[in-house]
Amino acid sequence: MLTIATGNRAVAEAVKAAKPAVIAAYPITPQTEIVEQIAEYVTSGDLESHYIPVESEHSAMAACIGASVGGVRTFTATSSHGLLYMHEMIHWAAGGRLPIVMANVNRALGPGWNTWAEHTDAFSQRDTGWLQVYVGTVQEAYDATLMAFRIAEDERVLLPVMVNLDGFSLSHITQSLETEEIGDFLPPYHLPHAIDTEKPRGYGPMTGPDNYYRFRWDIERSMRDAREVITEVEREFADRFGRSYGPTEEYRCEDADVVVIALGTFGKEAEVAVDRLRDEGIRAGSMRLRWFRPFPHLDLSGREVVVIDRDYSFGFGGVVANSIRAKTGIEPYSVIAGLGGQEVTYNDIADFVRGRRPGEETWFGVNNHV
Amino acid sequence: MTDISRRSVTNLSAIPKEEYIYKCTSACAGCSSSLCLRYVLKAAGPDSVLVVPACCTSVIQGIYPATAMNVPVYNVAFAAAAACASGMSEAFAATGRDTNVIVYAGDGGTVDIGIQSLSGAFERGANFLYICYDNEAYGNTGMQRSGSTPLGARTTTTPGGKPTAKKDLDRIVQAHNPPYMATACSAYPLDLYKKVRKALSIKGPKFIHILAPCPPGWRYPTEKTVEMGKLAVKTGMWVLYEREFGKLTINGPSKAAMRKPEPLEDYIRGQGRFKNLSPETLDLMRQQVEQNIQRLAREEEGIC
Repeated sequence: MLTIATGNRAVAEAVKAAKPAVIAAYPITPQTEIVEQIAEYVTSGDLESHYIPVESEHSAMAACIGASVGGVRTFTATSSHGLLYMHEMIHWAAGGRLPIVMANVNRALGPGWNTWAEHTDAFSQRDTGWLQVYVGTVQEAYDATLMAFRIAEDERVLLPVMVNLDGFSLSHITQSLETEEIGDFLPPYHLPHAIDTEKPRGYGPMTGPDNYYRFRWDIERSMRDAREVITEVEREFADRFGRSYGPTEEYRCEDADVVVIALGTFGKEAEVAVDRLRDEGIRAGSMRLRWFRPFPHLDLSGREVVVIDRDYSFGFGGVVANSIRAKTGIEPYSVIAGLGGQEVTYNDIADFVRGRRPGEETWFGVNNHV
Repeated sequence: MTDISRRSVTNLSAIPKEEYIYKCTSACAGCSSSLCLRYVLKAAGPDSVLVVPACCTSVIQGIYPATAMNVPVYNVAFAAAAACASGMSEAFAATGRDTNVIVYAGDGGTVDIGIQSLSGAFERGANFLYICYDNEAYGNTGMQRSGSTPLGARTTTTPGGKPTAKKDLDRIVQAHNPPYMATACSAYPLDLYKKVRKALSIKGPKFIHILAPCPPGWRYPTEKTVEMGKLAVKTGMWVLYEREFGKLTINGPSKAAMRKPEPLEDYIRGQGRFKNLSPETLDLMRQQVEQNIQRLAREEEGIC
């Protein structure tokens, strides 16, 4: 059904379609509309689910862990400080091989208090064993949330998935949204190691040095297998619902000499910048990185690359730029821009490309490179 | 399988013979918390899940791939037990299962780091049984003080004796008005058994606080574990009671102790952790015991 919705509403709509039996959540700006809307669905009966209004994000993830291993599909949503407060349990969910789906509305971290978009919150969870996808449109927030359940619950994966959408610049903006009758796109939840009192097992007991690393390797093995599962699920989604996705979304990249790489809404903004640059005769393209974990195989050979990082690893550099440098050997022009909601227009992005200095780093608004 | 639900239990011999915690656990000699867990599981029966945060029971169950437990045990992070249990109980409710969800947590995981999730789950009316076995310190990590360590007790982080009183966990739990809460002590297994049975027959959040003497932590000989528990009750240091839907009942052994408590020194004397206790601290402890007894007596009589 064609409607209009915010990014947050789109996530809630996808959750309604996925029908998790248990939802545990704690409110935080700018995620609140997701948990409010889901509470409405549960109260009205549009969604049959046990909604647990927990007292903290740590407990939100703990409750999802208990419910997931108890044998039902689960969902939660958070942002920023909430994500960091549940950090311990984020590790626990992945280590417990529980296919929990979480929407994270990307937001900066205090101090000072700042509720606007930034990716540092999610990147600080990148080594936890969660799959991470970043979306750029309201429709994609819906589609990626639906697919997240299917990917997480695949027995080749059995890892949790975090769906990331930019605070306010996507969570609170309105675009068209096509919702679906999903039919059997999501099979019934089946967790091979769900709690069964007929078959008593110990979960996460003391595990010594002779065994612990095996469980860590198993997470990485599944992370590697997840690439194929993601491709399969995205292909089936395209066949069923007509919208196709991949590890990246490329725009005018085929003949591009210079490629702008960004995540989330900046990735869409970059498409407009590319059109401007092409009008000037600069053969530019944009590549919006969708999946961050598992990190995709990127072919950027022969191109110059401009990376916009809406994050920073202090004392090191932009997380995305350095990930691309490590994985491809390319020395990108690294632009740190958009922290805490700093305004970045397509004209600014075009300027980043015009003034690019491969191998260097620029803080937008601080350095005078641009 | 024996139908334990129909069996009336009036003495220890009537407690089910089925074992859900096997021999050869990693528990210390004279460990009362593993003794309590044995009776908890006998009372709960096989259709039960334990949720265990970091505590001695994390270790007692054994090292992967072995386990001494014959019910599913979900080990979870220190602060997370009550929240995890509330999620699990909702999952079982959503799938129509009556499986008992039981948190078995130490005092540190309850009165300190776990108090928020315990409070949240009880306020929400989550349907599970929370059992705190209280050895009055962080036993698993080598007896550091917890909020539950009593006044005057020496621990590895209070080498001069704890300067403040034991946190009153039961009054915190009571403030949530749970349908059932009780205290118990490892020296009275039949009482514990009955309380677990009763708790599990009631829907909603249930709470049992067990005093669990600890030979290495309290510094007494291992064979004195039962005696130490009995002395705690007989001196009035620990009062056995139940509060069902708000109504308090003091249980048998404590009724006698409250009328004529044995000297507090009998309890203190046998424990190395109270060595060199000052007379002033002992006086203060005696006052606190008396105040607690009087408060409970007044409540049972309906005076307050």
